Amino acid sequence: MTRWRFIPLVVLLAFVAAVTWRLTHPPDTAIRSKMAGKPVPAFALPAALPTKPGLTSADLAAGQPRLVNIFASWCVPCIAEAPLLIALRKDGVTIDGIAIRDRPEDITTFLARHGDPFDRLGADRDSRVQMAFGSSGVPESFVVDGRGVIRFHHYGPIMPADLPTIRRALEEAR
Amino acid sequence: MKLFILIALAFATPALADSPLPPSPWANRQLPDPRQEARARALMEELRCLVCQGQSIADSDADLAGDMRALVRERIAAGDDPRAIRAWLVERYGDWVSFKPPVEPLTWPLWAAPILLLAAGAWLIRGRLKR
Repeated sequence: MTRWRFIPLVVLLAFVAAVTWRLTHPPDTAIRSKMAGKPVPAFALPAALPTKPGLTSADLAAGQPRLVNIFASWCVPCIAEAPLLIALRKDGVTIDGIAIRDRPEDITTFLARHGDPFDRLGADRDSRVQMAFGSSGVPESFVVDGRGVIRFHHYGPIMPADLPTIRRALEEAR
Repeated sequence: MKLFILIALAFATPALADSPLPPSPWANRQLPDPRQEARARALMEELRCLVCQGQSIADSDADLAGDMRALVRERIAAGDDPRAIRAWLVERYGDWVSFKPPVEPLTWPLWAAPILLLAAGAWLIRGRLKR
């Protein structure tokens, strides 16, 4: 019966262990879209610029994998991501953009200054399609295969360290 | 130097990380039907803002929270059930977007823990209670 007195101590040690573990393994704050593996939601976005076609869900089921980039001219990390998107485009990746809450003049300025990787660019002025994708901010990227299924979600800007993963996801989406 | 920095701070502009577009019309405008608006508000207070994750979308000033409020209002006005709207968002973001997680095998400890802890505490002081 005297062994029972150690229970509060054991509970305390378990609590300290749990807290220590979480302090040394901070949670991943990236919000992962739950749409990976599901078909692209049906949508039709008007063109964000007069010089480029808009984006519809049918365009994403056209037979080849595409990278959908959730983008905005007012998004600061998008500036860092721009050269990497240009590099992916040079490698033959087709990149479509969804411009969140943006104005044509601001988009034009951004693309002129930082480069233009987009084949198509849809205007999502009220974030509705962004929410349909399960995206929660800019920038984010989705790999969609040729049959219109979302295969991979990348949260945040694409950094050099992310390129191998993105390339592999595009390969696997063939 | 300190004075210079203080004056410079007074002129500092916020980092341009926000949309220049105005909020969606239904982000801040109430629905004309009061019962629909009440249903919409009830749902908004149970949905987590994805940007300021401690707040509900009813409380948050973030642009995306405004767009989520507009989504809720537009769908309620179109006749959608609040549960269907919540399910649509959970399908995209996971259970944590709702402040009311479902009672599932994974989440029942969340619901049961307070009751169990109270019971354990009462058991521990059962000797004192009898006096």
